[in-house]
Amino acid sequence: MTILEFFLWSLLKVAVITVVMLLGIAYTVLLERKLVGRIQNRWGPNRVGPFGLLQPLVDGAKSFLKEDLIPTAVYKPLYLIAPIIALGCALISIAVVPFGAPKMGPHGMDLFEIADVNIGLLVILGITSVGVYGIALAGWSSNNKYSLLGALRSSAQLISYELALGLSLVGVVLRAGSLNLRAIVEQQATRGIVTWNIFGGFQFVAFFIYLMAAYAETNRSPFDLPEAESELTGGYHTEYSSMKFAMFFMAEYGNMINVGCVATLLFLGGWTSPLGNLIGPPQNILVQALMPIFWFVTKVFCFLFLYVWVRGTLPRFRYDQLMNFGWRYLMPLAILNIVGTSLWLAYR
Amino acid sequence: MHLILFLLFAGFCLAGAINLLLQSHPINSALSLVVVMTSLAVLYLLLGAEFLAAAQIIVYSGAIMVLFTFVVMLLNAGREERTLGSRAARAVGFPAVVVILGVLATLIVHAHGLGVASLSDAITSTEDLSRVLFRELLLPFEVTSILILIAILGAVALARHGDGETPTSEERTSPK
Repeated sequence: MTILEFFLWSLLKVAVITVVMLLGIAYTVLLERKLVGRIQNRWGPNRVGPFGLLQPLVDGAKSFLKEDLIPTAVYKPLYLIAPIIALGCALISIAVVPFGAPKMGPHGMDLFEIADVNIGLLVILGITSVGVYGIALAGWSSNNKYSLLGALRSSAQLISYELALGLSLVGVVLRAGSLNLRAIVEQQATRGIVTWNIFGGFQFVAFFIYLMAAYAETNRSPFDLPEAESELTGGYHTEYSSMKFAMFFMAEYGNMINVGCVATLLFLGGWTSPLGNLIGPPQNILVQALMPIFWFVTKVFCFLFLYVWVRGTLPRFRYDQLMNFGWRYLMPLAILNIVGTSLWLAYR
Repeated sequence: MHLILFLLFAGFCLAGAINLLLQSHPINSALSLVVVMTSLAVLYLLLGAEFLAAAQIIVYSGAIMVLFTFVVMLLNAGREERTLGSRAARAVGFPAVVVILGVLATLIVHAHGLGVASLSDAITSTEDLSRVLFRELLLPFEVTSILILIAILGAVALARHGDGETPTSEERTSPK
């Protein structure tokens, strides 16, 4: 494969995946509004298009057409760059996520992953940790008490829970012996659902810790203190309007999708079928290529469904409860999980 | 390709470092430091140290620099006064810096047995790195971690000591 071919293929993959990701974000918002509506015994958006399916497009148009307000007292350079950092970090992570079978493209190229990186998992963690700057700088540069409090809460929360999140993944990495996401998926995919890390690998404790930490990392209910509207009006994005607010909004849902992708890859067997090899590979090459994507999307969808369900059910934590839970319960539990997994692996 | 990337990110790194010194607002300096750390991570990657690059971003750009900005935000530090410094400091300082840089540069150029690192496609895998770290260099590694543990315990002890002097602060902060 020449370098030009490689460049063009990469460009195509990046373009397609970015568009799919943006559409995914738009429809995750709709999914949340519909589901929370049903949980609260109302219909949710159902006026625009059949079943309200065109609602995200209209919302996007509204954000674009609204007046772009910039308050006078803000520190402008950081105020403008903060939403870009937040959305950028939310969209970059997908680059190392493999969502289909390897080597399906011409010349044995990976068609269903932008880049196959040895340290894929660390790359995702790194991008997540840089994403904090979006929120922190937004809150500080807005020059508003509510924003600053929201940003401080959010930085403290993200740093605290990042530790538990990182430690919960160590068990999975120990089992796979690699930080490459493909290797992690292939290690747990030998016999379908039985060998998934969450069941066969006895990593359900790690999955629980990851789930909790992920809710906190994405500022989602019940850990949505950085934007608790009853206390802080809007938290870090109080002073943002129109498209700049929409960028924070999209970043939040993009992060939800990323977290869902990581959970799928690490605990739920990635793109592989839960049936394992019970059913042989389909004859049709097109079906063979699309089945893994179907399984991957289904798993991520289930994760997002759980996210919305939790949001519709649980009340918000108090701040000291949040910190206690993170440091006193999740952290020791994650360390115990690492010790347990290592002992088990050594004993085997 | 490697050389182009090296020059690009070395440039970013130096520009960030110079900007760090020139900016008068603490938060701009902190963010320049983030740029420096991240460019360094890319340079590590170009030398084939992928784990080190990822750790650099997660630990330095992600965690430590967030704490820096956190402190700047919490104290709401304002613009620093720009002083021109004393004339003597300028007369002695700049030549002194040049001399020190010159001495260091000649030492590094003439030193032998430092090993070589080259820009190439070769990559030291995480497995190789941990093998060296946990087999051959286990003792220094553990000693370093104990050193850090002592530092943490010291910080906690100091903070507790402060609490003991003002017993009312405990009552004020506890949300009961």
